[in-house]
Amino acid sequence: MNGNTLKVAGQQSISVGRVFSRLWENSGMIVVYIVLFILLSIFVPFFFTWRNMIALALSISMLGMVACTMLFCLASGHFDLSVSSIVAFSGVVAGVAINGTGSVILGIFAGILAGGIFGLLNGVIIAKAHINALITTLAMMHIARGFAYIVSGGQAMSIGNTGFFGLGNDIFLGVPSPIWITIACFAVFAVLINYTTYGRNTLAIGGNIEAARLAGINVDRIKIIIFSMQGLMAGFAGVILASRMTSGQPNAAQGFELNVISSCVLGGVSLTGGVAPIHGAIVGVLIMGTVQDAMSLLNIPTFYQYVVRGVILLIAVMIDQIKQHRSGKPT
Amino acid sequence: MMDMTSFLEFRNISKHFPGVQALDGVSFGVREGSVHGLVGENGAGKSTLLKILSGAHPPTSGSVLLSGQEVGFSSPRDALDAGIAVIYQELNLVPDMSVAENLLLGHLPQRRGFIRREKLFQTARGMLDYLTENIDLNVKVKRLPIAQRQMIEIGKALLHNAKVIAFDEPTSSLSGMETKQLFRIIEALRAEGCAIIYVSHRINEIFEICDALTVFRDGRLIETFERMSSVTHDMVVSRMVGRSIEDIYGYRSRETGETVLDVQAVSGPGVSEPASFSVRKGEIVGFFGLVGAGRSELMRIIYGVEKAIAGKVLLNGKQVLIDSPAKALNVGIALCPEDRKLEGIIPVRDVKENINISVRKQFVRAGFFLNKARERENAADFIEKLQIKTPSMEQLAGNLSGGNQQKIILARNLSIRTAVIILDEPTRGIDVGTKSEIYRLIYSLGERGMAVVVVSSELPEIIGICDRIIVMSKGAIVAEVPRAQATEETILHYALSGHGNGQTTTGEAK
Repeated sequence: MNGNTLKVAGQQSISVGRVFSRLWENSGMIVVYIVLFILLSIFVPFFFTWRNMIALALSISMLGMVACTMLFCLASGHFDLSVSSIVAFSGVVAGVAINGTGSVILGIFAGILAGGIFGLLNGVIIAKAHINALITTLAMMHIARGFAYIVSGGQAMSIGNTGFFGLGNDIFLGVPSPIWITIACFAVFAVLINYTTYGRNTLAIGGNIEAARLAGINVDRIKIIIFSMQGLMAGFAGVILASRMTSGQPNAAQGFELNVISSCVLGGVSLTGGVAPIHGAIVGVLIMGTVQDAMSLLNIPTFYQYVVRGVILLIAVMIDQIKQHRSGKPT
Repeated sequence: MMDMTSFLEFRNISKHFPGVQALDGVSFGVREGSVHGLVGENGAGKSTLLKILSGAHPPTSGSVLLSGQEVGFSSPRDALDAGIAVIYQELNLVPDMSVAENLLLGHLPQRRGFIRREKLFQTARGMLDYLTENIDLNVKVKRLPIAQRQMIEIGKALLHNAKVIAFDEPTSSLSGMETKQLFRIIEALRAEGCAIIYVSHRINEIFEICDALTVFRDGRLIETFERMSSVTHDMVVSRMVGRSIEDIYGYRSRETGETVLDVQAVSGPGVSEPASFSVRKGEIVGFFGLVGAGRSELMRIIYGVEKAIAGKVLLNGKQVLIDSPAKALNVGIALCPEDRKLEGIIPVRDVKENINISVRKQFVRAGFFLNKARERENAADFIEKLQIKTPSMEQLAGNLSGGNQQKIILARNLSIRTAVIILDEPTRGIDVGTKSEIYRLIYSLGERGMAVVVVSSELPEIIGICDRIIVMSKGAIVAEVPRAQATEETILHYALSGHGNGQTTTGEAK
C-alpha cells in the first residue's frame, strides 16, 4: 500500500513453494481430502464405483445439511447440541401430522416448523436471557428428545402415506433427492456466509462480540436468526430422515450433534468463533463420511471405527493448531 | 553504568516480538537500598522489561545479573526463588481465598498434607504487622480495597525474601492517602537494602520517591539519571516524548458552527448527576476526569450501549432516541471505543472487514447482499487516507500494531460519515509518531464540520488538542474550561476536588 508495507507476522516470505503454501494455508484439508480420496480409490476395492459414491453421498447428506447451519452457529462462537433431538422430534411430528391429516405437504411443514420452534426458543433464551449456548442447547436436547418420545408414545411412528417417501428416496438424474438437497444447502449457505451482511455479521460476532455490538450490529437479532435457522434445518433433516426410514423414530440420530460439530472442526472451523469457511464444513463432512465408508468396505469392526474417528479428529485439530501457530494468527 | 555497586543489572537486553522490537539493547543497573524509577510512554518497553525480569518472557538477547552473577529465569517461580518479585497493576491474588492463604500461597505451612492453621496465621499476622496493616486474616481478598490487596502482594514478596521488588504503576488506582502509605512502605524497604524498581506515568511521584531514573522511548533506553538532584520535570518529559510538546499536538484552530450535539441532563449507570453539554459543528470538545469519573460511561449512554435513566439527546435540534449502537450510528453518532482489544478490533477477521463492518449495510444490494467492490474501494481509500500500515487489506487485523488497529477503528467509524464522532482514549498505547498523525486527523474531522468529542486520561493531550474541556468527577460534570484558560493545574484541581467553576452548561438557558 503506497510504499508503506510493513513486515508483519503471518506474512509469508517469497519462495518457490508460495503457491502451494497459500493453498495449504487456506484449504489444507482439501489437499488432505484429495490425497485421501485418491489413495482409497486405488487401494480399497469397490470404493471408486458409482454405486459406492452414491451410497457415500447419501450417508453424509443429513450431516451436510445440518453442518451448514452449525457452521453459522460455530462462526458466531456458539454451539448447538440440540440438533440431534430436534431431528428426531421433527421426524415424529411429521409422522403424526401426515397420519393425522393425510396431507404430505402439511406434514413436511409441521416437521420443519417443529424444529424451527425449538431453534427459536434456543435463540431467544441465549440472546435475551444471556444463558450460555452450551447449557441452553444441552437442556433443549433433553427437552426435544423427551417430546419426541411423548408425542410418539415411545414407538416408531410408521407413516402410511407413500407419497411422503419420495422426499427422501426419489432419484433425479441418477442421484437420490437428499443428495441434491444437501448440495443446494451448501450452495445457499456458501452465498449466505460469504456474500451477505448476515454472514459477515455472524463472523464478526464470533470474532469479538463487544466490538460487533459497538459497531452497530444487532447482536441479539442475529443470534436468534442463527439458532432459528439451525432449528429449521434440523427439522428439515429430520423430515427427510423420516421419509427415508418411512417412519418417525423418537430415538433417531443419537450423538448426531457431535458428529456435525466434529465435521466442521475437522474442516478448520474455529470453535472460538470468527473463522468459518464453508469449504471447511464441506470437506469436514466429506472426510468423516469417506473414512466411515472406507472402513465399512474394509470390514473394520464398528468398535474400531469409533477409535479411528476420534483419532482423525485429534490429528486434524493438531494440524490446524500447528498451521495457526506457524502463520502467527492470533488465537 | 557498569557500576560495581549495582545489585541488579540489565546488560544489553533486547526483546523482539513478531513485528515489534519491544526492547533494543537496554543496559542499566539498580543499586541496593535505592528506588529506581522507569518512565516512558505506553509501548516504550517498561512492561516488557519487567516481564523479562520476572521470568515471564525470556529476552531475545542480553542478560540479567544479580550481584554480578548472570541469572536466567524460565518462569516467574524461578525469579521469585532468586528473590525477585514483580508487583503488577493487575494483582495476582486469588479473590475467593482468605488474606492469610493468599499471603502464603504456594508455601502454605503443612504437615503430611494438612495445613497448619496456627503457623499460617502466625506468619501472616507477623507480615501484616510489619506492613502496619490491620486486616482480618480470615476475610476473602475480594472484599478488600485495592490498596490493601496491593499490601498483601507486597507481603507475599517479602515472605519470599525478595531482594528486588518491582512495582508496575502501583498508584494508578490508589487514593492520595493510600499512596502515602505505599510510599512509607517503599521507603522502609529501601532502608532495609532492597533494590526497588518503580514504574510510573506520574512524573511527580518519580521525583518524590526515586533515587535514580531511567527513561525509555520506543524500546530504547534514552537516558539513565543516577542522581535526581540535577533532573528537572521538563528534562524527563522531553526525553520521554523525544520532542517538545507543541510539536506533537500541532493544534490547529478552526471555525465552529451551530450546535450539533446537545446532551440534556442525561444520567445512567456511572453517571449519577444529570450531565449536560453541547458540541458545535467543527468543534473538538475534550472530556477529562480520573478513573471512575464517568466519562466513558456518559459516552456509552449517549451511544446507546447503556440505558439512560433520565435526560435527552438532541441532534441538530431534534430529539433522538438512542437505545442501541445501531440506532446511534443511524441517527449520526459514532463512537470509537476505549478498549481497542476488547471492544474494537475483531482480530481473526481481516483489515477490510474490520473497516467495513459498520458501513456495509449502506453498500448492500437487495437488502443483504454485500457489495464487495464498494467495500474494497472503501477499505483502500481509508488505508491510504489514514496511512494504515498493513501488507494488504486481507491481513488479519490482530496482526497489526496497536496504532494501526486504532486507525482501523477510526476508519470504521469515519466510513459512516456521522455528524458526531466520540473518540474514547484515541491514542492509548500508541507511539508518539502515530499519536501526532491521529491528532492531525482529529483536526481534519473538525475542519470537515464534524462535532468531535475526545475522552482522554492524558491531561497534556486533552489540553493540547481540544477547543474546550469538560471535567468530570465522581459521575458528574463539574467544570467546563475553554482552551485559552486550560492549564494542567486548574483542570486537575477540578477533577480531584469535584468542585466546579460554575461554567458548565447545566441549567444554562437555551
